[in-house]
Amino acid sequence: MSEKKNVLRLDNVTMQFGGVVAVDDLSMEVNEGEIVALIGPNGAGKTTAFNAITGVYEPTNGMVSFLGKPIVRNHPQGKMKKQYKGSDAEKFANEPVLNPTPDRITALGMARTFQNIRLWKTQTVFDNVLIAKHMRRTSGFLSATFRANRAEEEAQRAEVRELLRIVELEDVSDELATSLPYGKQRRLEIARALATKPQLLMLDEPAAGMNPQETDELTAFIGRIRSEFGMTILLIEHHMDLVMDISDRIYVIDFGKLIASGTPEEIQNNQRVIDAYLGVDDDA
Amino acid sequence: MSLWNTVLPYILSGISVGGQYALIAVGYTMVYGILRLINFAHGDVFMVAGLMMVYFAAAMPLYAAIPLMIALTVLLGFTIERVAYKPLRTAPRMSVMISAIGVSYLLQNLALYITGGLNKNYPQIPWISDKVTVLGATTTRVTVITPFLTVALVFALVYLINHTKVGMAMRAVSKDFETAQLMGIRINNVISVTFVIGTFLAAIGSLLFFSNYPGIVPTSGAMPGLKAFVAAVFGGIGSIPGAVVGAFIIGISESLIKGLDTILITHGAIAEQMDFSTFSDAVTFVLLIVILVFKPTGLFGEKATDKV
Amino acid sequence: MLDKKEANRKNLVSLVAVLAFLAVVLLLDQIIAPTSKLYMLLTVLQKGSVYALAAVSMNLLNGFTGLFSLGHAGFMLIGAYTYAIFSIPSDARDTVYQYFDAAVRVSLPEVLGNAIGAFGTALGVLLAVLLAGLVAAVFAYLIGLPVLRLKSDYLAIATLGFAEIIRAIFQWKKLGPVTNGSNLLKNFARCSTFKLSLGGATVSLSTFVPVLIATVCIALIVLLVNSTYGRAFKAIRDDEVAAEAMGINLARHKMLAFCTSCFFAGVSGATMAMVLSIAQANNFKSAMTYEILLMVVLGGIGSISGSVIGALLFISASEWWLRGLDSGSFLGITAPTVFRNGFRLVVFSIIIMIVVLFFRKGIMGDRELPEALAGLRRKRAKKAEEVTGRE
Repeated sequence: MSEKKNVLRLDNVTMQFGGVVAVDDLSMEVNEGEIVALIGPNGAGKTTAFNAITGVYEPTNGMVSFLGKPIVRNHPQGKMKKQYKGSDAEKFANEPVLNPTPDRITALGMARTFQNIRLWKTQTVFDNVLIAKHMRRTSGFLSATFRANRAEEEAQRAEVRELLRIVELEDVSDELATSLPYGKQRRLEIARALATKPQLLMLDEPAAGMNPQETDELTAFIGRIRSEFGMTILLIEHHMDLVMDISDRIYVIDFGKLIASGTPEEIQNNQRVIDAYLGVDDDA
Repeated sequence: MSLWNTVLPYILSGISVGGQYALIAVGYTMVYGILRLINFAHGDVFMVAGLMMVYFAAAMPLYAAIPLMIALTVLLGFTIERVAYKPLRTAPRMSVMISAIGVSYLLQNLALYITGGLNKNYPQIPWISDKVTVLGATTTRVTVITPFLTVALVFALVYLINHTKVGMAMRAVSKDFETAQLMGIRINNVISVTFVIGTFLAAIGSLLFFSNYPGIVPTSGAMPGLKAFVAAVFGGIGSIPGAVVGAFIIGISESLIKGLDTILITHGAIAEQMDFSTFSDAVTFVLLIVILVFKPTGLFGEKATDKV
Repeated sequence: MLDKKEANRKNLVSLVAVLAFLAVVLLLDQIIAPTSKLYMLLTVLQKGSVYALAAVSMNLLNGFTGLFSLGHAGFMLIGAYTYAIFSIPSDARDTVYQYFDAAVRVSLPEVLGNAIGAFGTALGVLLAVLLAGLVAAVFAYLIGLPVLRLKSDYLAIATLGFAEIIRAIFQWKKLGPVTNGSNLLKNFARCSTFKLSLGGATVSLSTFVPVLIATVCIALIVLLVNSTYGRAFKAIRDDEVAAEAMGINLARHKMLAFCTSCFFAGVSGATMAMVLSIAQANNFKSAMTYEILLMVVLGGIGSISGSVIGALLFISASEWWLRGLDSGSFLGITAPTVFRNGFRLVVFSIIIMIVVLFFRKGIMGDRELPEALAGLRRKRAKKAEEVTGRE
């Protein structure tokens, strides 16, 4: 696995809110073509880690690299420096601070979905995907207004149609995004993320609120995305079935700390994970 | 003449104006704290209170006119909430704000119709309109008592909010609307009480404010209303002491800008009139923008975060 | 999915409809005499086009991008003043700037008119209008830097504040050589003087010009809203967090929407100066912004045709249809004690409150006219089908 290209790498990422350490010294990596899962009990800091990677939060300490280049790099400063509870406060002290906004990170090739679906409510299924293509346009404001970008617009529309065909949403493409059933909305959100042409797809609890049958469909769907697009995927999940079925590797965190990592079999047999998580969660 | 002596009269009148703004600002900040609504009609309620006083004072003795004016103003505030805001409780915030603008438009046009757009002279109220001399400056008694009355009323209000049952309910509703509802608080009653208190203070404010001005026109409420709202934002919206402090700061700045030409000329800083008084209204908004840019939650406001 | 042919046909129909409308306006301009009872129609068309453009430009921001701004009157003021200052002819300059030495000594219509004749005058007027929009957009950029980070009602109150500051600055005596202080600007190129001489016959353009400017600008806004940038604006309105996560640069796109909206607000201010023949800072109070907002609400937030309809209805009702409410008799009822000055506005504000409270979507909701008409036709067809079915 080590000869594969490294897509995402976290070094000592710590996210502290006042005295609360939501993510503590988390290091992990995702390689090309892998499906990696980040799991942990409720409130373990999964979504916080996710938000620190995608630029929603600025981490207190640590570095996130994407395709070999640092995209988020920080060390505790100001007020945080005094309160800092992590282990290695000075490790990144000499590195310059990078604070990319979520849109820039997406432009680099990382696309995400949301735990509580965030589609554009007044837009159709087709437009939801088309808007995600906006970032990849080359035409300027005036040329777009005066329709000098017709060729590009047509090309993007064709790409969207193709994408909708692959995710089997072409028959509802003119319907309002919010009129779709829950499972299809999830699929649409993933399609929308794919439209930004990412190198890494990040799924935040894609099976949240789904029944077992919908979860099975989603598992198959994620598998197909990987084979169809050769996509690298990082997912945060609660549903054990889904995670064990499709992940190549799993990271487990509890109270913000990494407690185990390995293949699904290794995790299933890891006593610490069973104690911390599987023993208390109904999903186990 | 020392600098202090030139500046003092402006500061004093600023404190007085600030006190009047504070009484309006409290209404804004309470409504915003609970409904997250900029009640654009509040300034116009204030104007209507002034107009009522004009008509009532002409028809009956003052001891009857003043309570009647206050009672009807409160009724107006209550009615506006029930008719124009309550039906929109679940609507987007923008709709409620638009409704508030609509009420403001209606009140101004009603006033225009009734008065015919003429300037109405505010009645002389004995004792408070008398001239007095304070620290060597001649002024009306209302100027002197306004800040004291304001502070006294605000203390009473803070006591009400911190030590009574309805006050507790108000605090709960402003913290979390839905949870308060689930806990069995009758939010509609709480909101009504908020509007009643707010308009009561605005009615008192109008009594003090218009006693200092020659007359009222239908748009008289708009500018003081906006300034009072800015005061509320400045102090940190939702915070009553904040609104009062903000109102005094705005009143004093406005008054100083009005006198800036005179002050600077007296002390030889400038040779001719610079007409800074043109900016007496604008300075309020400059303060607003400065605070919004550097401390968006105001002087005493709490920070709110969005959850992703 | 819309067929390409179908889309082209629809575009053609819209284009023909707009051209036909312009031709009718041009015709009305000639046949309605100032003494005619129908002259009101021209007034409504002139003012209506000014407000329609203002409302549509506000809708671009409030309705399509979800940025609730209340600074519109300020930007219209900038537009009106820029236009007026750059189109006062040199011989009128001293009568206008009675108390000051005019600092701007260029009149675009005059300069270009002297250089290349009548066509130059027209070009000069258009350039002055364009300049008005650009100056408003530049101000918008500077104001947008600090305020666009603010959310919903804070943004509303900050923009409202900026409009008030702008009004104060334009009235400041020290800027008198440019803005004429608190005195009004007049005698600049205005609608009532717009004419075309065609081989002896004069063609009046006083209504046609403002209608044309508004139509062209609104058409541009329609194009923008339906472009990839327009879609990005709507994404920001619907869900800012999702928009940012999908790679839309919020700061840049909000700024684009703000400046564009203010550009057109500036143009509508210039057109307003043209129609009213005067420009005075005191007319551009926040009350004007509120009125424009109410037009947008009346027509439906998020619908361009709605804003146009809302503005035209608002102006027609307040300038024309409800006039009787102010002057003694309305719909044949004569009651001078009730129907006196101001009653019109009271009735009008009650109508608006009813719309705000009970018809929250306004006349058009978020649909556009062609869609709504198509929907109506379908409904009628269905009804007809039902009737024939029953038979």
